Amino acid sequence: MMDNMETVISVNGLTKQFGSFTAVDHITLQVGRGEIFGFLGANGAGKTTAMRMLCGLSYPTAGGGTVAGFDIVSQAEEIKRHIGYMSQRFSLYENLTVWENLNLFATIYGMASKDIKSKAEEVFKTLGMENMRNTLVKEIPLGWKQKLAFTAATLHSPDIVFLDEPTGGVDPATRRKFWEMIYRASSQGMTIFVTTHYLDEAEYCSRISIMVDGRIKALDSPARLKEQYCAATMDEVFRIVAKDAKRSD
Amino acid sequence: MSTIFQSLIKKEVLHLVRDFRTVTVVLVMPVVLLLLFGFAISTEVNNVNVAVVVERHTDETRQAIDRLRANPYFTFCGIATHSEVEELLRKGKVDAAVVLRTENGKLTHQIIVDASNTTMAQTSTAYIESVISNSSAGVPVVANTLYNPQLKSAYHFVPGIMGMIFILICAMMTSVSIVSEKETGTMNLLLVSPVRPRTIILGKLVPYFLLSCIILTLVLALSYTVLGLPFSASVVNVVWVTILYIVLALSLGLLISTIASTQVAALLVSGVMFMIPVVLLSGMIFPVENMPLPLQWLSCIIPARWYISAMRVLMIQQLPVGYVLTEVSVLLGMTLAVLALAIKKFNAKK
Repeated sequence: MMDNMETVISVNGLTKQFGSFTAVDHITLQVGRGEIFGFLGANGAGKTTAMRMLCGLSYPTAGGGTVAGFDIVSQAEEIKRHIGYMSQRFSLYENLTVWENLNLFATIYGMASKDIKSKAEEVFKTLGMENMRNTLVKEIPLGWKQKLAFTAATLHSPDIVFLDEPTGGVDPATRRKFWEMIYRASSQGMTIFVTTHYLDEAEYCSRISIMVDGRIKALDSPARLKEQYCAATMDEVFRIVAKDAKRSD
Repeated sequence: MSTIFQSLIKKEVLHLVRDFRTVTVVLVMPVVLLLLFGFAISTEVNNVNVAVVVERHTDETRQAIDRLRANPYFTFCGIATHSEVEELLRKGKVDAAVVLRTENGKLTHQIIVDASNTTMAQTSTAYIESVISNSSAGVPVVANTLYNPQLKSAYHFVPGIMGMIFILICAMMTSVSIVSEKETGTMNLLLVSPVRPRTIILGKLVPYFLLSCIILTLVLALSYTVLGLPFSASVVNVVWVTILYIVLALSLGLLISTIASTQVAALLVSGVMFMIPVVLLSGMIFPVENMPLPLQWLSCIIPARWYISAMRVLMIQQLPVGYVLTEVSVLLGMTLAVLALAIKKFNAKK
């Protein structure tokens, strides 16, 4: 993160324990406005738990911080108004049409109905989805569903959008197109916080952190991490950093 | 706030409308059950095939046979010999045989009955007994059946079916619909959004509550017209006690949805935990009073037991609500407890 950047996520010593199990162990990180922050780690490393705390879904056992300028413990409800969230399976209501889904989520995030209409039209045009607006979501292809889920998470122009493995199960061409969407949103000042399994995608991020057994083991820009670990690819970096991992499935 | 709530309701209604098959099943099932239990299935015993064995014909034996023949419940299958009776019973040609003997000028009788179906056996024995011994009875007994003078089975079944339908539809459908949102991940999207958990819960419960009210109207209309249940002002009490029961069933559905993580699990839990106990232990079919004590205690925790017993008082006996205060307070207590527990569990993720 550059020094002159405005900080939108800042957490210090964030910890979550379930009984004697420490899912997230004192993580500290800052994310600046407009950054694409890659949040990497093996399954079970604690990514989802950490992300749930940042989204105000779960309270930390210790530590704290702010997201979009609001305290993650005392102002969780305020945080929810300023973020967007896209889940692993591009979750949308399958039995609702494209337009009904967008309308529902935009209404939930407090957008006025005429704003929703104009914004949705704009998005339909950009994505070339005009003729799909009355199609049931279950009938559209996976790639479109992914774009739609991202749109539903960002239509209300949140400060930060959290993407939980947004490209799982999608072919490489579609993944690249999806990253174009992410870049477009980021260039408009939206902060992107993304978890992923694809290490080639990690290269697209401004900065990444690698989580191992609940702790952040590495945090920097992809170029500097490669330099630091004398690795040619992010894949190698990840393997070096995560080689001592005890928790994974 | 209100627009968010409306859009959640609209979403749920659209889902219901588009899931046309489920809604049809849900609306048709109560009607079919009511008509089946009301007309086709009955505990009355009809068409009992009877053979008579007469050792020596007298005027009295002739009279007894005539009475059997004249009785609409029996089909008289002729006179048989002792040795034939067993054969006839074994082959299922007759359900019962009456052996008439005359000893010292007095008519005595023996009834041999196929007891492979106990209900049939007990009832037909009682019928035969009353028909045969009629003449020798000194004091006539006048039976006065209150509340259900024709002893119609429909009267007995309607409250039971209502008790079952609402638990099934409310608990099963709500739990399955919430769990399916957990499975597809849309529940997470709602939880991350600024929508308050209580709005999410109400957005789920209200549409199913309305659907249940439609079903209630349907069931009551059928009961009071086609099935001929007595109609009176007590229908008002029937409606509000049922609404209380519906709210209880919805809360149970909510509670199941917090425990089950897959739709199949939700279906199994609501099926096994509600359907079977309701049928077996609620008094819907088998009277609670006839059960062994431990089962009677167990039946106390089954909401349908209290609801069905209240419905019998309100619908059939048509007594004022003062007679069902215990039932209503138990249901109310259960509703509050289940609802509180469900909401607590729903919010317990933090």
